[in-house]
Amino acid sequence: MPGIPHDHYEPRTSGEKWIHRRLPIVALLYDTIMIPTPRNLNWMWIWGIVLFFTLALQIVTGIILVMHYTPDVDLAFASVEHIMRDVNGGFMLRYLHMNGASLFFVAVYAHIFRNLYYGSYKEPREITWIIGILIYILMMATAFMGYVLPWGQMSFWGATVITGLFGAIPFVGTSLQTWLLGGPAVDNYTLTRFFSLHYLLPFLIFGLALLKVWAFHATGNNNPSGVEVRRESKAVAARDTVPFWPYFVIKDFFALAVILIVFFAVVGFMPNYLGHPDNYIEANPLVTPAHIVPEWYFLPFYAILRAFTGDVWVVIAANWITGGIIDAKFFGVLAMFGAIAVMALAPWLDTSSVRSGRYRPMFKWWFAALVVDFFVLMWCGAMPAEEPYATISLIGSAYWFFYFLVVLPLLGVMEKPIAQPATVEDDFNAHYHGGEHAKPATAAPRPAE
Amino acid sequence: MIARILISAAAALGVSVGAASAAEEEAHVTDYAFSFEGPFGTYDQMQLQRGLQVYTEVCASCHGLKYVAFRSLHDEGGPGLPEDQVRAYAEFYEVFDPELDDFRPARPVDHFPNSMMETAPDLSLMAKSRAGFHGPYGTGLSQLVNGMGGAEYIASLLVGYTGEQREEAGAVLYENTAFPGGWISMPPPLYGDDVVYADGAPTDLVSVSKDISAFLMWTAEPKLAARKQAGFAGVLMLTVLSVLLYLTNKRIWAPVKHPRKTPAA
Repeated sequence: MPGIPHDHYEPRTSGEKWIHRRLPIVALLYDTIMIPTPRNLNWMWIWGIVLFFTLALQIVTGIILVMHYTPDVDLAFASVEHIMRDVNGGFMLRYLHMNGASLFFVAVYAHIFRNLYYGSYKEPREITWIIGILIYILMMATAFMGYVLPWGQMSFWGATVITGLFGAIPFVGTSLQTWLLGGPAVDNYTLTRFFSLHYLLPFLIFGLALLKVWAFHATGNNNPSGVEVRRESKAVAARDTVPFWPYFVIKDFFALAVILIVFFAVVGFMPNYLGHPDNYIEANPLVTPAHIVPEWYFLPFYAILRAFTGDVWVVIAANWITGGIIDAKFFGVLAMFGAIAVMALAPWLDTSSVRSGRYRPMFKWWFAALVVDFFVLMWCGAMPAEEPYATISLIGSAYWFFYFLVVLPLLGVMEKPIAQPATVEDDFNAHYHGGEHAKPATAAPRPAE
Repeated sequence: MIARILISAAAALGVSVGAASAAEEEAHVTDYAFSFEGPFGTYDQMQLQRGLQVYTEVCASCHGLKYVAFRSLHDEGGPGLPEDQVRAYAEFYEVFDPELDDFRPARPVDHFPNSMMETAPDLSLMAKSRAGFHGPYGTGLSQLVNGMGGAEYIASLLVGYTGEQREEAGAVLYENTAFPGGWISMPPPLYGDDVVYADGAPTDLVSVSKDISAFLMWTAEPKLAARKQAGFAGVLMLTVLSVLLYLTNKRIWAPVKHPRKTPAA
């Protein structure tokens, strides 16, 4: 699929021409910044900028924190307190970094659910979607390892529980867990390798993010109508789009500034709100906290992990069929990773020819239920593993899989979508010029060029 | 759509985080008022100095403050002792100097010593590591107004002794209404009138407990005032920036959204 036709960079001065002949980097930046962007993008299309900003924030604050942090079991906790007390502005750096992780996940979840609603994952944007899922997985790994670094009680016990999941894998589990930890239990060798990887992975995320930009600049952005931008000519494309700069850069920056107001209020006035008090106690392998709760952004998947206990019939069946290889613990691990895997497969599971959920009357309700389901699972993940949370978790987990594996394939066949606008321009005009263009918005034939 | 997701996200966070530690808080914690609560709250310098006195005369015999440097007693927003007083105060303590291979009187650059007793936890971070972060009462969001809740917990613990005690496995346990589980191994440290304040502040059990709790909140979060200031600067500047960006955005988009309203010349 060719890109959307638009004006390209032309070097004018002799200096520009000199550079352009040798390294056309200005042209690359120009084409990236001036990419034609559907003019009807709504406020759910701002999360990309928020995510880029947060990644930069995390990398910058992280690099400075590393200058003062010591990855050693005897010194790590004290070095974090040193940052909080003695380093100039250190408390702000750490609180920004700590809460930056939460901002990152707020943005990524909003971004993911926007994609799911507007069908952004569908043909031809599957690779963009898959790269996004890979980034999300790397983000979780990075956040998890970062949480271990302060070497508090939750760091230690969280690491113990989560790496224990890998131990549940049949045959190779114990070796895998030992390999991850660097030894038989969470200890100094775990801390040092987590530190090393926590520094490495954000740069991989950054690389993937650039690939992602490349990918969706090839396909063009999706938009709330789900209708593709017309590409016959520059003039036609320009009726559906406006350049990214300044229209969307300024709009996205405005949204980012508003989000950062909330972020700075949290950092300034309740920076430990999203953390766990136990992490201000230095790690102690001999004392287990009353209950080990992961960070909020892991809770939905943590709930899925715990939902499949040994008395659930699918677990019993799986156990029987595989001759005991898949026990309840391993089933839970499979379910947790499976929950992300089914999301990754959404482009192939969704059979509907209509991209945007806006024109899918039945889909809307199933999608809304998925959003609710996500928050219910998050709530269950924070609760102790007892009734009624166990049952609610199980229902919630079942719906998660039901949505991706049953609802998405079937709805495409069963649902009768309502009429979509013919063009992005029509959708935009129907929104901003009310009556006069509203009628042609759904019925107008494509203008002949 | 955004609004819906954000609201539900906020609600879910409040619920989930609040619920996470609800089970820990079966014990009774009184919601004492402290000067450092709320977005505008700062430490009361006199109260921190009184708290330091309580720590020195009572707590220090068992508990350490190993993350706190003596020099920080001089810090603005903290107890704010004059430098010569800090120097004189530090000299009360003996620290081990590896260079001398011997103990010497502490200097302002040194930290408070570790706990004297192995079973007595260090108090530096006690206020942040106890009682949950959202105050003893209410929904998760109350932290913004009520502070973290750690100081309330410590004060409640200090006044929470019922006078009952029992022996278990050779150790004496004391009944305490604020301690999770109800029985604590620390004997009641305060009874009221344990100290004499130079500023004539009340020395009843609750007042002294609040003073030491405020001091321990400061040892746990010494940069609280600077942090809130940074928060205000951030929120204010970003609000101005948001308004400017909003107006810019409106202006940039006007010709795209309403092309025919003002015909181009």
